[in-house]
Amino acid sequence: MINDGSDHQSVVDIQNLGLTFETTDGPVYALSDVNLQIEQGSFVSFIGPSGCGKTTLLRTIADLETATSGTISVNGVSPHEARMNRAYGYVFQAAALYPWRTVERNVTLPLEVMGLPKKEQKDRAEKYLAMVDLAGFERKFPWQLSGGMQQRVSIARALSFDPALLLMDEPFGALDEIVRDHLNEQLLQLWHKTQKTVVFVTHSIPEAVFLSSRIVVMSPRPGRIIDVIDTDFPHDRTLEFRETPKFLEIAHRVREGLRAGHSYDD
Amino acid sequence: MTTSVITNVDTTGLSRPGWFSRALAGNALPVLIVSIAIIIVWYAATIYMNATMQVDQFERAEQEWSYGELVAGTMSQERPLLPAPHQVIAEMTKTIFGKKITSKRSLVYHSWVTLSSTLLGFAAGGLLGVLLATGIVHSKALEKSLLPWIISSQTIPILAIAPMVIVVLGAVGFKGLVPKAMISMYLGFFPVAISMVKGLRSPDVLQMDLLRTYNASRIQVFGLLRWPSSMPFLFASLKIAVAISLIGSIVGELPTGAQAGLGARLLAGSYYGQTIQIWSALFMAAFLSACLVGLIGVVERIVLHRMGARQ
Repeated sequence: MINDGSDHQSVVDIQNLGLTFETTDGPVYALSDVNLQIEQGSFVSFIGPSGCGKTTLLRTIADLETATSGTISVNGVSPHEARMNRAYGYVFQAAALYPWRTVERNVTLPLEVMGLPKKEQKDRAEKYLAMVDLAGFERKFPWQLSGGMQQRVSIARALSFDPALLLMDEPFGALDEIVRDHLNEQLLQLWHKTQKTVVFVTHSIPEAVFLSSRIVVMSPRPGRIIDVIDTDFPHDRTLEFRETPKFLEIAHRVREGLRAGHSYDD
Repeated sequence: MTTSVITNVDTTGLSRPGWFSRALAGNALPVLIVSIAIIIVWYAATIYMNATMQVDQFERAEQEWSYGELVAGTMSQERPLLPAPHQVIAEMTKTIFGKKITSKRSLVYHSWVTLSSTLLGFAAGGLLGVLLATGIVHSKALEKSLLPWIISSQTIPILAIAPMVIVVLGAVGFKGLVPKAMISMYLGFFPVAISMVKGLRSPDVLQMDLLRTYNASRIQVFGLLRWPSSMPFLFASLKIAVAISLIGSIVGELPTGAQAGLGARLLAGSYYGQTIQIWSALFMAAFLSACLVGLIGVVERIVLHRMGARQ
């Protein structure tokens, strides 16, 4: 692993990564020549239009897809080993709760897989449900919860085994804007509280700019990185921050990047 | 949250209407109408089918007859072509409540003989079906090698196989319960296997990916995800399996030389033209079948309720 001597160590290190899907219509270049370092404790967003490979990149980090060229390391080891070590918590586009398990037992699902004692499981469920503001919903079933609450349960589930790395694939994409704003604020607080490294996929510019310490702008055909923007926003920012010139300036740069990388011929 | 509010309102029952208007508003009325219609059609058929024989009977006795006597006569023959509903009910009452249940004339005794092999065959068939489906879901090779046989097994008429099974197993010392249960199993495993293959594969991609991110073992994936996801499929197929297990047992009783069981009653009835006995046995079989399916339905509701299913 390359360590440039700074006190921030790379959690994810991606070099010349390429991923090609072989289809009957010929190869699809999902990712091409991707280089990226994700430092510990950072909040990195992948933003880009559909088909730019942002989800594929996240899934490759998670060892849910396998790169066809280049190297990628997670915590200094291969994504496969990292997955074996349960190095990350993954939050999907949909909450993907198991409908036959109560909220509490959904949160303890990874703990059950890992074989933690029952008491520990219960304590952790209580702790992380409280953290996502869902104390008292332990005994409910998923269908009794709203979409936003379900996604919060899935975040609690990802946090429950305390992974240092949190991978989030458009977790709020299916929610309405008011709920999304609220959850963005909550997630930001959560990030500060837990000091986790977060990799976050989105196609919403305000969401990416508001949350991130680093924004990775991607473009399709082939999926590639066209701009990386570092931000240094105040940690205690609230939703009102989105009206400040600083915010708008970064948002503008992201928009320009997306525009440059996007061909409008389709 | 709105859904739960609505359910709460439903279950309070504060402003419930009386049972009669509820029955009219629900399914009771259509069910009643259909039942009455069937009974009317049945009585009409009884008169129509038995009339010729009744007329013969009057003429042989050189007796004068009116139409009223003819209708009455068609419903009181000893061996009618088609017995009237009340004749079947009388016969069933006599053979269910009128005999000691250990008697060979008791319908309860014969029902138990059939039921015991049905239950044994159903349990074995259900288990076999689940095991086959589990194997198929986990191994492409098993799918390719087993599935064609599973499907072709059901293309052979059970009536052709049953005597062979009975004879072959009889030759190696298995008589009575086991051979019949084997036939029940042969029929019963099929819907369970097919349905459970689908059920165990019903989890969606995200649900599967989730366990993959936890590095869960195949056994954990099965226990935590595949098995619970397959429950609705399991119960639907068990209902079919239990009904055809009963048919399997009855068919298995036909070639045994009419010793005991509902199948034996059917066979004996047809030897001696005892149509009332045949119909009683048929109704008993239908009743048993309905009870078994109903029982599985109850278990299904309890299990799915505990799994948080919406009411």
